[in-house]
Amino acid sequence: MTTAATRPRPTTGRGGSIRKGEAPAGWLMTAPMLVLLGLFLVIPVLMALWVSFSDWGGRGSPLESGVNFIGFKNYSSVVSGGGLAEQNFGMAIKNNFWYVIFVVPIQTAVALFLAVMVNNRRLKGSGFFRTAFYFPSVTSSVAITVLWLFLFSTSGAINKVLSWFSIHGPDWFNAPAGILHFGAQSGPAVLMNHSFLRVTWWDWLGGPSWAMSAFIIMAVFTTSGTFMLLFLAALQNLSGDLQEAAMVDGASAGERFWKITLPQLRPTLFTVITLGLIGCWQVFDQIAIGTHGGPSGTTLTPAYLSYQTSFGDGNWGQGSAIAFILFVIIILFTLFQRWVLRERPISKSRRLNPMPARKAER
Amino acid sequence: MKSRITRSLLMGTVAAAAAIALAGCGSGFGGSTGGSTSGSSKLTSSKDALTVMIGSSGDAETAAVKSAVADWSKSSGIGASVIPASNLSQQLAQGFAARKPADVFYLDSGSLPGYAANGSLLAYGDLLPASEKSDFYPSLVKNFTYNGKFYCAPKDFSTLQLIINTDKWKAAGLTSADYPKTWDDLTTVAKKLTTGGTTGLVVSGQYERLGAFMVQAGSNLTNTDNTKVTANSAANVQALTYAQSLLKAGTMKFAADIGTGWGGEAFGKGLAAMTIEGNWISGAMTADYPNIHYAVVPLPAGPAGQGTLQFTNCWGIAADSPNQAAALKLVEQLTSKDDQMGFAKAFGVMPSIQSAASDWKSTFPQFAPFLDAASYAQGTPTLKGVSQVITDLDGKIAQLKTTDPKTILDSAQTNLQALLNQ
Repeated sequence: MTTAATRPRPTTGRGGSIRKGEAPAGWLMTAPMLVLLGLFLVIPVLMALWVSFSDWGGRGSPLESGVNFIGFKNYSSVVSGGGLAEQNFGMAIKNNFWYVIFVVPIQTAVALFLAVMVNNRRLKGSGFFRTAFYFPSVTSSVAITVLWLFLFSTSGAINKVLSWFSIHGPDWFNAPAGILHFGAQSGPAVLMNHSFLRVTWWDWLGGPSWAMSAFIIMAVFTTSGTFMLLFLAALQNLSGDLQEAAMVDGASAGERFWKITLPQLRPTLFTVITLGLIGCWQVFDQIAIGTHGGPSGTTLTPAYLSYQTSFGDGNWGQGSAIAFILFVIIILFTLFQRWVLRERPISKSRRLNPMPARKAER
Repeated sequence: MKSRITRSLLMGTVAAAAAIALAGCGSGFGGSTGGSTSGSSKLTSSKDALTVMIGSSGDAETAAVKSAVADWSKSSGIGASVIPASNLSQQLAQGFAARKPADVFYLDSGSLPGYAANGSLLAYGDLLPASEKSDFYPSLVKNFTYNGKFYCAPKDFSTLQLIINTDKWKAAGLTSADYPKTWDDLTTVAKKLTTGGTTGLVVSGQYERLGAFMVQAGSNLTNTDNTKVTANSAANVQALTYAQSLLKAGTMKFAADIGTGWGGEAFGKGLAAMTIEGNWISGAMTADYPNIHYAVVPLPAGPAGQGTLQFTNCWGIAADSPNQAAALKLVEQLTSKDDQMGFAKAFGVMPSIQSAASDWKSTFPQFAPFLDAASYAQGTPTLKGVSQVITDLDGKIAQLKTTDPKTILDSAQTNLQALLNQ
């Protein structure tokens, strides 16, 4: 409030403007939400940030006098300590990286595909399909995880179905081997002897384990419906003019989708991929209920590791440090995909494409 | 526009700072009660009612603890309530951080070092009357001793023994004279019992079961005082090499590898003729697999004689409890012979005191081998942060069939040594 008094306000501060007194009223109106956000979001985040730089042991408040600032020690033991903490963190990053690599593109593609299908005017009972596809998203993740544990158990339904095709299904939730290892026990010495975050390159390149693959399938199954709704809303907002113009120009259905519809969905695509990335890097429920990070740590994720390190082992500083590293990772990934999906200037060869509506919008 | 954004940010920061200051006040106020309890010689005392937090195995256990606590409350005149936790370690941690912990709670030996190190626990072991203290099994007292201080009174304990399906045993032409006495005997009977869909021995593929072989070979992950890491000792390598030989012969399998959750499930479903489990298996057999006839026999002796693992919980008392004196009285009552036998009858645990042994054995003669193991069983390591090391080790032991035992144990040695050096 002091800043308001010392600095002149160019727009509303002087004279008897009709807008006089609006600002305090505005603050008053937003105050309940600001207090709630501050109390349950800003303060906990700031306190966690402090804990990640402190030697707080878990007894009493982290702001008490006995708690000391220890610099980046918690961070360094997680990323370069050479101990089990670093190895677990390496495993968590590796697992979650592969999870993101598989889930985000697949769920986005599936969601878009479903949306286009449901949006088809010739489809009868599209309301039924819309509900059916959305259903997994509104079902509790606990229930679906338990269902998955049954489906993918060694003698479960999935392996039974596979056996009809003479495929000997993997031991899903007990098999720590990476699926890209294709059954090989060990790889070339170059990969085996060098490691990053105490995880060998052989393991980094091995892809998700079978257990993680089951969770990947589950994530696609549950979240595609949500994102289908976003795509569907965007599709129904598109005007038919462009489509008709393209038809008149003789564009095929495929060309119309790739060159007319998809470019117009870019903002929605950005939203879906961003939400997908954030959700995937924060995967927790499935792990906490289903596997606790097993088998052999191949379903460990940074979010679960952070919880486990804090509440299980009482290493609150390290747990918070992992959470903030995760935060940085999510920011970096989001910036990266923002850069990939940025508006590019129209190239000469495309200048003849009829896309005037887009310019008028912006 | 820009200045407005800056100002909003500043406002937000001011609001946050104010709220933090308020939060600080709150915890400072709460903290003042904890300050006076640092010395264990003087206990806090007040009229406050006690809360008892338990990690219950089910309704039977909750009801038994509730009734025992209610009895004490009636005779002492001090209020006491029992809270069955849905996630004990998380709820305990929250209580300690808020300086409003449960006064009395279940505490497993693996969690003791973490809470003891940050000062959350009252080390009351030496305040117990000498006659009661000496009645606890010495190995249990060792499990709850950290940095030379006896922290809390053992609540009860469990040990591992060999569980045998008597029908399959007879079908294989074996008699009670064939109960395995040595590792060689075990190899032989496991081979005889492996037929068709039945595997001779099925165990959970983890240290918490195969560790019994380590003790039989004369070692464990650490020495009994937890002052020296012995994970890659020759004896441990020998133990895992023996287990590996059974796995390779196909006469022993891990529960997960045949699609079951634990040894008891494989045993109950008839997929295994033998398993290695603790006394908790009796509850599962009665409830889920009442048609399986089984016997409990001692695990075979290894090169260094008999050995097995034991698991135990204690009654922790919080350092921040405002009424430690009453909490101590309650614990004395709950570890008395009467109460412990009541718990044993209600949910099948073994009393932590030697004077209840003969009573327990005459009540449960078929489970006597579990209690007999008290004289030679060893606990799991108690070091701060040990649970992640054990988890990592368990993951590697699950791959024992195709991994060199020495490699597995070497990495456990490194990880445990790092904990000891902290």
